[in-house]
Amino acid sequence: MRAIRVLFAAGLALAAAACTPIEPWVKPYEREHLADPIMAFSRDPVSAAYLDHVFEAREAARGASGSAGGGCGCN
Amino acid sequence: MRLPSFLPALLAGLVLLAHSAAGFAAVLPEDRADVLYHRYQGGGVTIHGPSVLVRKKFGDRFSVAANYYMDMVSSASIDVQLSASRYEEERKQKSLTVDFLHNKTTYSAGVIDSRETDYVADTAFFSLSQDMFGDLTTVTLTYKRGWNDVFRNVKLADGSKVRDDTFAEGVDTRGYAVGLTQVLTRNLIMSLNYEVITDEGFLNSPYRSVRYADPAAPLGFSFEREVYPNTHTSNAASARLKYFLPYRATLDGSYRFFTDTWGVDAHTVDLTYTHPAWRRWIFDGRLRYYRQTAADFYSDLFPRQQFANFLARDKELSTFNSYTIGFGATYEFTIPRVRWVQKSTVSARIDHLTINYDDFRDARATDPANGILAGEEPLYKLNANIFQLFVSIWF
Repeated sequence: MRAIRVLFAAGLALAAAACTPIEPWVKPYEREHLADPIMAFSRDPVSAAYLDHVFEAREAARGASGSAGGGCGCN
Repeated sequence: MRLPSFLPALLAGLVLLAHSAAGFAAVLPEDRADVLYHRYQGGGVTIHGPSVLVRKKFGDRFSVAANYYMDMVSSASIDVQLSASRYEEERKQKSLTVDFLHNKTTYSAGVIDSRETDYVADTAFFSLSQDMFGDLTTVTLTYKRGWNDVFRNVKLADGSKVRDDTFAEGVDTRGYAVGLTQVLTRNLIMSLNYEVITDEGFLNSPYRSVRYADPAAPLGFSFEREVYPNTHTSNAASARLKYFLPYRATLDGSYRFFTDTWGVDAHTVDLTYTHPAWRRWIFDGRLRYYRQTAADFYSDLFPRQQFANFLARDKELSTFNSYTIGFGATYEFTIPRVRWVQKSTVSARIDHLTINYDDFRDARATDPANGILAGEEPLYKLNANIFQLFVSIWF
């Protein structure tokens, strides 16, 4: 019975937490480094897409690079 | 086509999550134009050409990106030297992407059209990207569909190439991707990606051959056409971390695991260090390691003709490891009296690629008279230089 009460309380706590908006733990004024262009995941998309294509044409692995990609025509 | 059974539920859950989460407005990418010249040289192959990418916002909600890319290929690769003759060809690729921003959601749709004389690939894609949790989290879902037509060229007596009218095949491709970008701290950002791609149709090359042991042949081997399964499904998952160092520089590391229904498993590790210097310069250094196992139906030398239902001797399906070391430099310059240009840079980049094949031999070296028998040739090794020069402007 005690275990059921604990589980019920834990469930209520979880449900309440789910309804509370998540506070951003990195405030907008703390994002100076994140906004620096050198922190961009793809600073030069045209160059990154080209290198992805070079590797994809020579390796069996493909995908999960974050870009859509197109037909290779590598035959 | 078989997809992991949890995938539809995962996608549905993420869509619901994306649409119910609270957050601030997302932003469209910056307006910019890039003109790039690329050149790949290695293993008897030279591929070079331009790539032009222009991205422009229209109003506050739309952004359009257009790319024109061209490969001019001159090939005398090891495969070509062994069973064909040197060839030259071109591939042209055009793509158009439209992004639509609505509050914290970006909807993107695009088409990619790639054409060469013996291969036409059309791809359409749609993606939905949602910012949430105070812009700290972005979830992206992507679906893509590809339609490919495979043809075969034949060489005439005068050396010209024409399309073989008796041969036309197709390949259908579908791709499903989920991505999560997460700000972890004020100096650290993470990206997780998972993608399933499935193909159905004519998946081998209409030109490439496999070799099999043939005691009656002068070199001890003969050739027959490769045969692949007509379905292929791959799964790839990657994790990437980018860290802003205590001084103005970044360290970017990623790992990707790949596995497919042909028996290939692959691992990729990538590390990039970026360092701005002297106000106008940014330098990059990159190290990339890749290794894979061979496809189940790959062999450098099959024991006999028609040894199995599926036969491959494509070195991209063999066991190998590769290393890439790269270096890039970007210089920011100003264009006098052109006020609509906010920023302009010129960049140069060189990457050196080395591939060490574990079970792909240099069959050009077969020489029974001197004791080098078929299957005992030295292993093949590829060295290539990849060069890029590009100008970028932000407007």
